[in-house]
Amino acid sequence: MSAHAPALTDDHAHDHGHHHKETFITKYIFSQDHKMISKQYLITGLIMGFIGIAMSLLFRMQLAWPGESFPVFEAVLGKWAPDGVMDADIYLALVTIHGTIMVFFVLTAGLSGTFSNLLIPLQIGARDMASGFLNMISYWLFFISSVVMVISLFVEAGPAAAGWTIYPPLSALPMAQPGSGMGMTLWLVSMTIFIASSLLGSLNYIVTVLNLRTKGMSMTRLPLTIWAFFVTAVIGVISFPVLLSAGLLLLMDRSFGTSFFLSDIFIQGEVLHYQGGSPVLYEHLFWFLGHPEVYIVILPAMGIVSEVMAVGARKPIFGYRAMIASILAIAFLSTIVWGHHMFISGMNPFLGSVFTFTTLLIAIPSGVKAFNWITTLWKGNLQLNAGMLFSIGMVSTFITGGLTGIILGDSTLDINVHDTYFVVAHFHLVMGISALYGLFAGVYHWFPKMFQGRMMNKNLGYVHFWITAVGSYGIFFPMHFVGMAGVPRRYYQNTAFPMFDELVDIQELMTVFALITAAAQLIFVYNFVRSIFYGKRGPQNPWNATTLEWTTPQKHIHGNWPGAIPEVHRWCYDYSKVDENGEYIIPGQDFVPQHIPLQEGEEDYEH
Amino acid sequence: MDTAVTTETEGSVWGGGNRPLGASYGKLMMWFFIVSDALTFSGFLCAYGFSRFKFIETWPIADEVFTHVPFFHGNFPMYYVAFMTFVLIMSSVTMVLAVDAGHRMMKNKVIIYLFLTIIGGAIFVGSQAWEWATFIRGDYGAVETRGGRILQFVNADTGERAALAEFAATIPDERAEHERKNGIWFREEGSLTTYTVNEVVEGFRSNPNILIRTETINENGEKTLLDRKQSLERIKDAKLVVEGANLIRNEYGSRLFADFFFFITGFHGFHVFSGVVFNIIIFFNVILGTYERRGHYEMVEKVGLYWHFVDLVWVFVFTFFYLV
Repeated sequence: MSAHAPALTDDHAHDHGHHHKETFITKYIFSQDHKMISKQYLITGLIMGFIGIAMSLLFRMQLAWPGESFPVFEAVLGKWAPDGVMDADIYLALVTIHGTIMVFFVLTAGLSGTFSNLLIPLQIGARDMASGFLNMISYWLFFISSVVMVISLFVEAGPAAAGWTIYPPLSALPMAQPGSGMGMTLWLVSMTIFIASSLLGSLNYIVTVLNLRTKGMSMTRLPLTIWAFFVTAVIGVISFPVLLSAGLLLLMDRSFGTSFFLSDIFIQGEVLHYQGGSPVLYEHLFWFLGHPEVYIVILPAMGIVSEVMAVGARKPIFGYRAMIASILAIAFLSTIVWGHHMFISGMNPFLGSVFTFTTLLIAIPSGVKAFNWITTLWKGNLQLNAGMLFSIGMVSTFITGGLTGIILGDSTLDINVHDTYFVVAHFHLVMGISALYGLFAGVYHWFPKMFQGRMMNKNLGYVHFWITAVGSYGIFFPMHFVGMAGVPRRYYQNTAFPMFDELVDIQELMTVFALITAAAQLIFVYNFVRSIFYGKRGPQNPWNATTLEWTTPQKHIHGNWPGAIPEVHRWCYDYSKVDENGEYIIPGQDFVPQHIPLQEGEEDYEH
Repeated sequence: MDTAVTTETEGSVWGGGNRPLGASYGKLMMWFFIVSDALTFSGFLCAYGFSRFKFIETWPIADEVFTHVPFFHGNFPMYYVAFMTFVLIMSSVTMVLAVDAGHRMMKNKVIIYLFLTIIGGAIFVGSQAWEWATFIRGDYGAVETRGGRILQFVNADTGERAALAEFAATIPDERAEHERKNGIWFREEGSLTTYTVNEVVEGFRSNPNILIRTETINENGEKTLLDRKQSLERIKDAKLVVEGANLIRNEYGSRLFADFFFFITGFHGFHVFSGVVFNIIIFFNVILGTYERRGHYEMVEKVGLYWHFVDLVWVFVFTFFYLV
């Protein structure tokens, strides 16, 4: 550091008024502006999502038409699909990478990274994130980890194929299967970088929400989006480091011969030296992250849905404080339920019943949220635009998927359907589809904020929503029955089991739905890309929302507000609020933005 | 707007527009980073507890492993690690003094105390390197059985541990170590042990006052000592000579013992090392007067937080690895 560094004040970055000359590099690539970083996250996440969904189509085709030859397999998979027939090894690899990409790269970084970055400073009234520099580092670490993960698809023996949970010994012994070699190492390297990225991002989100709220923005005036992002970041800070522990120990086992997770293994006729380790230890460490991870995925979606739904229903969110309390309760409970992923690991049945108890407790805050959304809609003046439709869709899939969670959370019932398609159907609905709906709702809703006032095409949005909504249930609803019939997940084909023969028709149905639904996402991609350049410019506040982000100018400026930061005088859900005469507080306008002071004669609800 | 009714959050702690926890964002970030890092260490320590509990009947006794002090011969269980711990804790004290001096803007005192902190950290890292070297070298040597158990040797007359050198026979043979230069260049074998299994077994048979000690801990909390007859029976299982420790096997007993020792103390040592590097950077900034001009010594506080954390982690590592 230079000896002549100027005196710095702590928050100098947030005092507005000094403009640096922006070059292409500092504006679009190594940007420290939260709005640009948010767009970088979104686009990287969408590209990863494209890869992840495309993979799912390949293995869905294999499941529906096992062992059949498809030219597309040969074109995409090359040597792993000789004569167009998918190889079993690449099937496992596709399933593994699909899971990894969708859970971490799309629904963690792509969802939380995009909207935390975009909305936290804008909705709390801050010039930018607390540390723009660390924010930039966070994105670029995410980018590097994405690149490493994609590179791992091209190594000679194939990418990691041990499932997204990478249980040892499959993941620990390089000779266990083709995907256990370099592909697995790259997976671990990529995830280590990803964890660092997630940590830096989360630290920023937490301290920004704590320290940089504008005047009057008390914690109980924050939009629920911010609460969700804040708590998500806290869970991330608490759970990701434990995955790092597991990953580092696994790297030691893989590369340096330690025995943390391995014991008494014979492979290819050879006795390995490993002694004393335990793969169950790995399961504990992994699921201590793995379970909170699903809330890291779903909480931001819940926050987005709460906000979009209140705007779209022209009503305050029902039970604002109960929503906050349930977010906190979910966050707390998420750390003490990991054992429900391990009911068949030889766990003591008493311990199993403890984990069953804690798991079923989660139904309470989840139920609170679901009912609050429904009651928010009740008697609302519903504005059924695409964002609102996806929000309602999210409530639907969350309830459908959540109900099967009650079955799976109970150890006695779980044991019967463990590792079947019932589980796959459950988590795809409750965290996969629901979180994606949250992502779509957020994109449709905040697109004008991201892209300088341009709106996405509404009709294409409707087409996208309805095909996706019908298609997703078309894929995952029948999947429950396939699972209850006993079809195990992760199997390359089930032709060896005559009892599953009559389920092939259902498999084909699900695959057809998957193909159609995925095709519908291309409509979204088209709408998204086209609207960036040619979208119709809407008004400054297109949805008549109360939150602060709509008080900023459409054109992005560094520092967000050209003048002083607005002060906040009310909570963010003053929709359709009336005075004692039954008139709107501001005549002719059914919403009161947060920066408008309490009016004469207006009743203060102590928000 | 004159119709403005004052909001009730005015002046309240969480009302916005202030720092509710009275700390800058940088300090808060450090705190949350520490939370995160603490959980990584917790993951390791839980894994250690899990594994140790699994082998609670055969786990090595730390008092018998860490007995060395540099420049001295003899049996000094825990002396040196206690010294290291003391140095590290003292370096935390000097760090507190440096932070305090920073609050009072006393540049020279910050320099002195930060310097002492760096020296303390360096002594600790150096001691740990020495401790690793001693651990890797080993002292008495042992043999491993076909089942992977470690057998140690005891002199029946004195009751003390017997080193392999004390009794191993010398049997000349032609086994040469395979090195890259004398064989196939891309293959290597680890260095050969000082004695072959045959030499140890023969030496054991011809020395009636040598007994075998197994890994199993008896009801007195000591390793089980076999009598001569049992020992002669047990030595038949001997398959390998083990001297010192590496990540695969070690002469102290359970493999996981050395695995966790290397990994957790190594991970902690890496933290101390990076802490020393941070301290040195800040130290030079203090000398250059960066913080004097900035008007506050908050950076010293931030690295101080990290340093105390690393210290606290060591207290746990010390407790779980060495004391209990």
